[in-house]
Amino acid sequence: MFDHPRYEYRRAPELDGKTQHRGVIVVGAGPVGLTAAIDLAHRGQPVLLLDDDDTVSVGSRAICYSKRTLEILDRLGCGEAIASKGVSWRVGKVYQGEQLAYQFDLLPEAGHHRPAFVNLQQYHFEACLVERARSLPQVELRWRHKVTAVERKADRVTLTVATEDGEYIVTCDWLVVCDGARSPIRHMLGLDFEGRVFRDRFLIADIRMSADFPAERRFWFDPPFHRNQSVLLHRQSDDVWRVDFQLGWDADPEVEKQPERIQPRLRAMLGDDARFALVWSSVYTFQCRRMQKFRHGRLVFAGDAAHLVSPFGARGANSGIQDADNLAWKLDFVMRGLAPESLLDTYDSERVAAADENLRNSTRSTDFITPKSAISRTFRDAVLSLARRHAFARTLVNSGRLSVPAVLADSPLNSPDEERFDGRMVPGAVAADAPVDGPCGGWLLEHLGREFTLLTFGRVLDEATAASLASLPIPLRVVQVGGTGGVRDVDGLAASRYDGRDGTCYLVRPDQHVCARWRTFDRAKVEAALARATRNRNVPYFKM
Amino acid sequence: MTLITTPNLAAPDDFYEALIDTHRELDDAQSALVNAKLVLLLANHIGDLDVLRAAMAAAREDVVAQSSGRL
Repeated sequence: MFDHPRYEYRRAPELDGKTQHRGVIVVGAGPVGLTAAIDLAHRGQPVLLLDDDDTVSVGSRAICYSKRTLEILDRLGCGEAIASKGVSWRVGKVYQGEQLAYQFDLLPEAGHHRPAFVNLQQYHFEACLVERARSLPQVELRWRHKVTAVERKADRVTLTVATEDGEYIVTCDWLVVCDGARSPIRHMLGLDFEGRVFRDRFLIADIRMSADFPAERRFWFDPPFHRNQSVLLHRQSDDVWRVDFQLGWDADPEVEKQPERIQPRLRAMLGDDARFALVWSSVYTFQCRRMQKFRHGRLVFAGDAAHLVSPFGARGANSGIQDADNLAWKLDFVMRGLAPESLLDTYDSERVAAADENLRNSTRSTDFITPKSAISRTFRDAVLSLARRHAFARTLVNSGRLSVPAVLADSPLNSPDEERFDGRMVPGAVAADAPVDGPCGGWLLEHLGREFTLLTFGRVLDEATAASLASLPIPLRVVQVGGTGGVRDVDGLAASRYDGRDGTCYLVRPDQHVCARWRTFDRAKVEAALARATRNRNVPYFKM
Repeated sequence: MTLITTPNLAAPDDFYEALIDTHRELDDAQSALVNAKLVLLLANHIGDLDVLRAAMAAAREDVVAQSSGRL
């Protein structure tokens, strides 16, 4: 069994009259709040992180962490801890009844540092992040400190925080709200949260079992062991398996939670000879909804507090971590005076667009898995029936479209292409990884991030030019792939994934999203794109 | 021309959502009527009877096998 750590409560210095105005406070030490705090700390910002509890997630909850999440955590120094503890997978199999209807491979090519997904219990995930946060002197973590009131003023946010030693007041310039699906702060401020509630119930059963099933995502429509409903099976670490049974809307959650109800369901699925022990269970319903805006002045909402999706597709925690990734550099730039506050409005527009993509995908999956009408069910069964023989129908089978990073194609921070490029590295896309040999390691993504980077193919810039870019008001790091003394493209995959020819330059944001690219280096265009990507168009010091 | 059974829809999920939306708030009889009209419209669009016969046979295939007890 997992032994839940108890993190130590500490008395707040504010209770003894030592008040200190903060630059940024993060509320909620779940996956999203921890990521945001660690990212801000990495950028040199002192962060106060408040949580009303003193331990990690109870129950395994979010278990599928995507390639992009691992890449973000690599940048934050804890990707390896998560990846090595988790179970890597990339193949999903979909059955109708007992028959395999089709299977998919989420990462059918080699040459990537991280796998398509790792499965890991949320408590392990959070424990790794807590450990990372505690190793950073800029993060001050306060456990059992509960925010009870939030007051918004033009120039600051004032929080009232309750502890076992009494209440105290703390003020900050920026408040990052990551307090989860029920978001007490969203409720306190009476902010909207629009969307749909799905009329269906699901049972999660985590079991410990030694089994030689492959590490794949397996999904059944209408299996013989659970007729007329769906079942999902995932492998987690420590020989723990997640089984997710659809129950239907009429199921009584109190009854279904009882181990004596759960055991026969598992027995029917796993067979009379299987040896397993139930370690955690939960009956849940879900909702697809989001706040209309994620930024409210000096408050910024991220993760489940801002948007909720159905679990089919692993788009909850993964999108929340991308929220944190998108927000941290922008907030840091605003706090350092390197960008105007309007840069934070692009957190809102970019992540609202991403949330809508996640909501659309998870809603469609839900409608396929739990048809809401007889005709919807008929079409679903027709698709599954055709899928056995006909390839076209397999593209319609939807047991969850798994989380991929949002392509921020409509972002105002992008500079449009002026020349022709092939491949997927359009402005707005997350920079693709590739094996390389360079000063920061064996992967291209290890060379990108934290600052803006100019990624060039061939030796495009001399040292003096590279040095002068590094001393711009917004420092621009230069990473040259190919040529002498730069990063070696060991398998040629960097050049092929970026359509990189001699002279090609990519401008990459601190969150590793591409925002501009050219076939030849033109300093004026690079500086203009950098100004655009930071909303510095009319800022005098930039002298554009 | 032969019946295309390899993927031919540019955005399968968009199509499926539109299909289900077409039936929103219809009762079973209305849905059956909409489906029949949809088949007739698409048949006219395709025009080629050989293709249509191949589609009709493919559509019947598993249904007939199941109802006669042979899987």
